Amino acid sequence: MTTIERKPPLGKKVQLMATCLCDAFYDDAAIATVQVLEHLGLTVEFPEAQTCCGQPAFNAGDWNASRRVVRHLLRTFKSELPVVVPSSSCAAMVFHGALLAFEHERDLPEVEQLARRTWELADFLVNGLGVTSWPGRFDGAIAFHRSCHTRGTRSAEAAATLMRSIPGVTLVEFGEAEQCCGFGGTFSVTFPHISEAMGRLKLQHLRAAQPQFLVGVDTSCLMHLSGLAEKEGRPVQHRHVAQVLRDALKNGGLLAA
Amino acid sequence: MKTQPIDQFACTLPPEKRQSVYNGTKATHEKRTKLLAGDFADPDRLRQLAGEVKQHVIENLDTLLPQVEERLTAGGAQVHWAADAAAARRHVLAILQRRGATRLVKAKTMVSEEIELAPFLEAHGIECLETDLGEFIVQIDHDHPSHIVRPIIHKNRREIATSFEKNGLGAYNDAPEVITRRAREFMRKKYLAADAGMTGANFVVAESGRLVVVTNEGNSRFSLAAPKCHIALVGIEKLLPRDRDLALFLNLLARSATAQQLTVYTEFIRGPRAAGQPDGPEEMHVIFVDNGRTDVLAGECREILRCIRCGACMNVCPVYRQVSGHAYRSVYPGPVGAVLSPLLAGEDFLEKADLPKASSLCGACNEVCPVNIPIPDLLLRLRDKGKRAGAASPGLPPMGPWALLASQPVVWKAALIGGRLLDYIPPGLIPVPAMHAWAASRTLPKWRGGVFRKWLRQREKRKTETGERKA
Repeated sequence: MTTIERKPPLGKKVQLMATCLCDAFYDDAAIATVQVLEHLGLTVEFPEAQTCCGQPAFNAGDWNASRRVVRHLLRTFKSELPVVVPSSSCAAMVFHGALLAFEHERDLPEVEQLARRTWELADFLVNGLGVTSWPGRFDGAIAFHRSCHTRGTRSAEAAATLMRSIPGVTLVEFGEAEQCCGFGGTFSVTFPHISEAMGRLKLQHLRAAQPQFLVGVDTSCLMHLSGLAEKEGRPVQHRHVAQVLRDALKNGGLLAA
Repeated sequence: MKTQPIDQFACTLPPEKRQSVYNGTKATHEKRTKLLAGDFADPDRLRQLAGEVKQHVIENLDTLLPQVEERLTAGGAQVHWAADAAAARRHVLAILQRRGATRLVKAKTMVSEEIELAPFLEAHGIECLETDLGEFIVQIDHDHPSHIVRPIIHKNRREIATSFEKNGLGAYNDAPEVITRRAREFMRKKYLAADAGMTGANFVVAESGRLVVVTNEGNSRFSLAAPKCHIALVGIEKLLPRDRDLALFLNLLARSATAQQLTVYTEFIRGPRAAGQPDGPEEMHVIFVDNGRTDVLAGECREILRCIRCGACMNVCPVYRQVSGHAYRSVYPGPVGAVLSPLLAGEDFLEKADLPKASSLCGACNEVCPVNIPIPDLLLRLRDKGKRAGAASPGLPPMGPWALLASQPVVWKAALIGGRLLDYIPPGLIPVPAMHAWAASRTLPKWRGGVFRKWLRQREKRKTETGERKA
């Protein structure tokens, strides 16, 4: 993935882009993100006007609609602070997708400015802040699904590095790990049968590895996979990576009340 | 449920075909990945380099094509230019008719599929025999290739044995050795009787005018060596600047296409039989085919012209694996086809505008591409182009109203609260097609709209109160 050169984070303050899925369904993943960042001594600012990154329309080919949302994003996150996103997909929309959609637009420099300071959470922790091991304790075998938007970025390796370092965690290998889970945003509803088949294949590989937890850097993949599993009547326990990091702190008595 | 054409195709695909495609692609992809990682310290760097070389080629066709014409002509070959499919067919027919040729043996060339050459020649009384075993089976079955490297990836050996029997090639026997031997016996006679042979070219080197053809069956060697006339049908983007670039490209092509270090046969052809050479065709023609490629070059998806037709993108593609190549209604299927086919369709773009949507945009294709084509970006550009051209998009929720919602925070926050209704209304009663499509196979998590924001507010309040108490 061609991405823009990122600015190293300076200072002790970040902006949080919580993502629309956390806003609507996965509040605890967003809460965990705040707690993880605060544990590292950072102040987290949450711009109230935030909505979505614009990716649904971008992927659907409605770039006009997508630019409208991205322009709202630019206004909402106007600052010099690093923007941290608990999603590789939404982060990639900002530092890759939006650049494509704005290629011929006059406000491309503003998009580039936001792109240069936008980070997926695990990437930010490891490659932005230099945190390479995580304290506390988390007991369990984890199957880590590398979301497709981590391709060409350092996010998947970063998340794996952090989790592997937590006492009690074992990362289990599973088949065809590089394959997509079948979510793909609007793909999941415009190609529902193919999406389902891809998801079932992923679940089959995951279950064969017998993990206690399915963990990912994106709630979107988790929503699709856990939704499929639940509909089958065989639910899977799933966590966002931020929740694993936060729970490790909690279990180690390291989380400030 | 209204879904996209390729999704509907997936529902009708017989399970055994899906299994054949899945097994074949997965095995090749995994072998390829292992081989590249075992043989090279940094295979990704090789892919990037090859991508840069091909990008250089397509951006310099204006100087490289005249150069290659000059070299080929100097070597004794005749060069022809075909602006479109009809022109390419006419060139082939004219060459054959001038020689009074009625029997053509053909090695694999995707361009010949693209210009629908075989039915055209048959209509003019010329027998046109496919000599690549897969293409031969497709031909006797009146089927279409479903993969650019493995045309019959959708068939198993029982189906092949049945069609051999039906076509008078011996009683049913599905042992691969028997099938191969029978095809060989049939074809050997055809090679010897042929008036002309046709091949494609995997690469044509501008510096030397050298054509390179790789195969695993040796059929290209027979097709171009036995008959008196050799015709090569080549897309204009197939050039490489220098002979030494072949080292990089041959290493990448075989590994990417068939997970081999090198294909079994690699032909380097510099012209027809020269004086003093013991054999070879007395006449050689190279037909360079444009057929929409310069329009692609002028557009925003020109990187697709780097493609060296290895098929690695289809082997890794989760969608291709579920639907097979026939779902794409095009000569070029899979991720590369989803980009190339709508572009080459020209005025009929809208008929193929659904193809770029048949992707979860997972990016696996870009990761394996030996010339590092940013396929997902190109798919996205074509979706945008399709939208602007008014292409239909069945099943897609309208994005305009959504964008309106997502750019007005007050309405957004109200929707976060209002969304709770989702917990009480069965998905079947919600008049949104996308909801039905989702809920057919998946549950929706419990709505927790606004909960995170409330948590933040309460915490803020607590902090302020504690602060006040301290003060």
